Amino acid sequence: MEVVLAFVVGGLYAAGLYLMMRRSIVKIILGLALLGHAANLLLFTMGRLTRGHPPVLHEGDTQLLHPFADPIPEALILTAIVIGFGIQAFATALIRRSHEMMQTDDLDKMRASDSSD
Amino acid sequence: MSTLILSTATRYLMPLLLLLSVHLLLRGHNEPGGGFVGGLVASAAFALYTIAHGVDQAKRMLRVDSKTLIGMGLFLALASGTFSLFAGDPFMTGLWMKEKLPTIGKVGTPVLFDAGVYCVVVGVTLTILFALAED
Amino acid sequence: MASLPALLTLYFAQYVPRTAAGECFIFKTPWASAAEVSLSFSLDGLSVLFALLISGIGTLVCIYSGDYLKDHPQRGRFFCTLFLFMGSMLGVVLADHGIVLFVFWELTSISSYLLIGFDHRREAARSAALQALLVTGAGGLALLAGLILLGQAGGSMELSTLVHRGEAVRSHPLHLAIFLLILVGAFTKSAQFPFHFWLPNAMEAPTPVSTYLHSATMVKAGIYLLARLAPIWEGASIWSQVLIPVGGLTLLTGAALALVQTDLKRLLAYTTVSALGIMTLLLGIGSVSALQAATAFLLAHALYKGALFLVVGILDHEAGTREVTELGGLGGAMPVTALAAALAALSSAGFPPFLGFLAKEGMYSATLQAPGAWLPTGMVLLASVSFVAAAGLVGFKPFLGPKITASRTPHEASFSLWIGPLTAGILGLLLGLMPGAASEYLIGPALSAIHPGTVSSTLALWHGFDIKLLLSGTVFLLGTAVYFHWPRVCRGLNFLNASGGFAPSRWYAFGLEALLRVSRFQTRILQSGHLHLYLLIVILTTIGLVGASLLDHDVHVGLGRWKDIRPHEAILVAVILAATVMVVRSPSRLTAVVALGVVGYGVAMIFLLFSAPDLAMTQLSIETLSVILLVLVIFRLPRYSSYSNKLERMRDAGVALTAGALMTALILAATALQREARLVDFFAKNTLELAQGRNVVNVILVDFRGVDTLGEITVLSVAAIGVYALLKLKDIRTNDTTPRND
Repeated sequence: MEVVLAFVVGGLYAAGLYLMMRRSIVKIILGLALLGHAANLLLFTMGRLTRGHPPVLHEGDTQLLHPFADPIPEALILTAIVIGFGIQAFATALIRRSHEMMQTDDLDKMRASDSSD
Repeated sequence: MSTLILSTATRYLMPLLLLLSVHLLLRGHNEPGGGFVGGLVASAAFALYTIAHGVDQAKRMLRVDSKTLIGMGLFLALASGTFSLFAGDPFMTGLWMKEKLPTIGKVGTPVLFDAGVYCVVVGVTLTILFALAED
Repeated sequence: MASLPALLTLYFAQYVPRTAAGECFIFKTPWASAAEVSLSFSLDGLSVLFALLISGIGTLVCIYSGDYLKDHPQRGRFFCTLFLFMGSMLGVVLADHGIVLFVFWELTSISSYLLIGFDHRREAARSAALQALLVTGAGGLALLAGLILLGQAGGSMELSTLVHRGEAVRSHPLHLAIFLLILVGAFTKSAQFPFHFWLPNAMEAPTPVSTYLHSATMVKAGIYLLARLAPIWEGASIWSQVLIPVGGLTLLTGAALALVQTDLKRLLAYTTVSALGIMTLLLGIGSVSALQAATAFLLAHALYKGALFLVVGILDHEAGTREVTELGGLGGAMPVTALAAALAALSSAGFPPFLGFLAKEGMYSATLQAPGAWLPTGMVLLASVSFVAAAGLVGFKPFLGPKITASRTPHEASFSLWIGPLTAGILGLLLGLMPGAASEYLIGPALSAIHPGTVSSTLALWHGFDIKLLLSGTVFLLGTAVYFHWPRVCRGLNFLNASGGFAPSRWYAFGLEALLRVSRFQTRILQSGHLHLYLLIVILTTIGLVGASLLDHDVHVGLGRWKDIRPHEAILVAVILAATVMVVRSPSRLTAVVALGVVGYGVAMIFLLFSAPDLAMTQLSIETLSVILLVLVIFRLPRYSSYSNKLERMRDAGVALTAGALMTALILAATALQREARLVDFFAKNTLELAQGRNVVNVILVDFRGVDTLGEITVLSVAAIGVYALLKLKDIRTNDTTPRND
């Protein structure tokens, strides 16, 4: 199953990166979200997949008995999901504001604020 | 966007979802759940309420300012870590009560920490949501 | 203000009898133990001499500055940086660990930068500060490299150990690089040719700063370093082959250029350059008598040069000018200042019985014994002639002769202004009168630190009629002659100024300009302002690096592992992929958002199927919130439009697909390997016992890695505040672009 998920992750990365490279700002938000999913699944797959054995101790046990899913990537992903949401919200707000200020959704035309030299 | 069905449904869903979120928070240490999930469920409840009844109603429902909630949560999480300093242990060593309390279960500083996480998550999502919805 | 350095002086003074007895105090406490850096300090004769100079002259400078900057609105900032400097300089001379020395070394550069640029509204002060920082900072980096290599060659970073391992260092294959790197560090700091140009420019600093940093203490850090490390190269010919010419060039440059200055501060700065050159020269000769002379001269120079600078500050303060041609006849109005100036000037000129005289006598005897005696002796003599003339110009000319009417009526400076130079001047006289005490307590112990195992001969005022006395007399006469014919000498030497005797400073300007050009050029190339170009660069670089290392390794992919897929999982995967394609291809925003939601819920299902219920719940709630968020926003955003042409889209699609394929390959390669299970086993065993929880994921989050989680919720809070600020604070200055820095 890791093999199949590897292809899913690859597909999500490709789609996310492609959208991030668009000039239309709305697509960038969507691309960011897809990249977030891709990264989370990447971590998840790297921790190996286990069916039906969550890393939770059964009542009466004093330690986790094999087989069980790797809890470390799960803990990492859990915070990553929430932070990903925060970033997505921030990017959304940023893009909304810049759209309002510059009256365009074409990234290439949004250069008034960081003109070089 | 507010329809009759949605607004009626949220009125009844709201308390249930909030109850669920607290349940998730408290059981998180031993079963799936915890501060992040609990906080998100509570935020989802308020988000639904916002869609059905508008931002002002939702804010009134929350009673405290969402930004205050962020501060409170951060303070709670930080404070929970300092208890161990008084016991002479390193920062954020978990301390637990010996006896179980009724309904809440065993209480220790990690539960307090998780409650801080819960508050921060609710505060953050609602601050963002309200800001975007009002804009 | 002055009580802190005064107490420090007393503190260090109590060590004097014990370091004089040859004791060395080492204080050590772990710091960055992973990098094997410990905060170790040592206090021996050399350190005590420097520490006393730093805290003692610091005391005088503090008293002086209190009055000098009486009405300055930013006096607090001044003292703050001055104390920062004092602490760092003490750190430099006390540090025993190479890295600790370097840290303090750089701190002195930084505080020097802040102090030179204290009057930050003037362009000249800013550029002088930057110049000093760049020159000494670059030297500091060379020093760091040199010290690290030295530590590797010598097998220790403790200087007190390294000085005994000269043999190992000198036979190391990188010995030459070590030697030159350390010298670059020392030479930039101590303004040796060709890095000398920053020091005169640093005279833009307030006078107390010039006194303290640029004559008495900081510029001697390089000399200190050379003296500290001298035992490593004891007897090595490369040491004298480099140090003697550099010192000689520096002292001649400084001595000649000093005579063409009319600004008293710049004049003193060039004599300081010259004096530093003499010290390098003496260290280069390396004989016991040369080292003794260098130490004595260091002490004498710190005292008289500090005093002379403070006197110039008083003149500037009271008469309103530092131009030597506009000063004269002030002795009647300012008798105490005149006395202080005369004491310091006589010591500087090497007049008996001042400490300066003892130092000069020592120098002559050292250079006369050196190989090729007449060349170094001649150079030192020339510098001494220049010193005599300079002493006259600074110490006597403003106070004697006909009164030149200045813009304001000068009157005697206040007590706190003249006490500093007077004390330093009197000390120069007292130490000269008690050569025995000076050499037993200060110079001798320092010498035995530089050159272990030597018992220094006692300094004496009177050696009988010998060649040194003859030289002293000649120098004095010649110097006096130069002083009286100074205007003519100045004109005669003026070609030095006109022909730009400052060639090195032009290299500096050229280098700086070139650097700016390169950075502008590469900014134009890399920072094009187009997000998709940035991304292209980042992605292509990643593909290149990761791909290369994947190809480099023997990777077992194990594609056969796909067969364990179950029907419902296959359907789920198909749905996710289809939804992903829809997000990319859909012409409508709403469809895209819904499809994105489908991807999110699909991912949540994967979490659920593969034993991550916490993740599944989190993902589900987040997905709900995201959809609500996007729905709130998306309809206020413009409709989809296509800006790029087909070719660009093809290019981007190609790059994105390659990157995706690379990630797939990465996972396949990684999951085919055996994984490390130690960490997992730790959590599996200890969750209940140590953290009293059954849900391992939650226990990791709130207990084992609680500090990380604390950091993460802080990041979340920052994001929320950012969103709030972006959306709510827009009424303020909507059309106002923020001012750009250039």
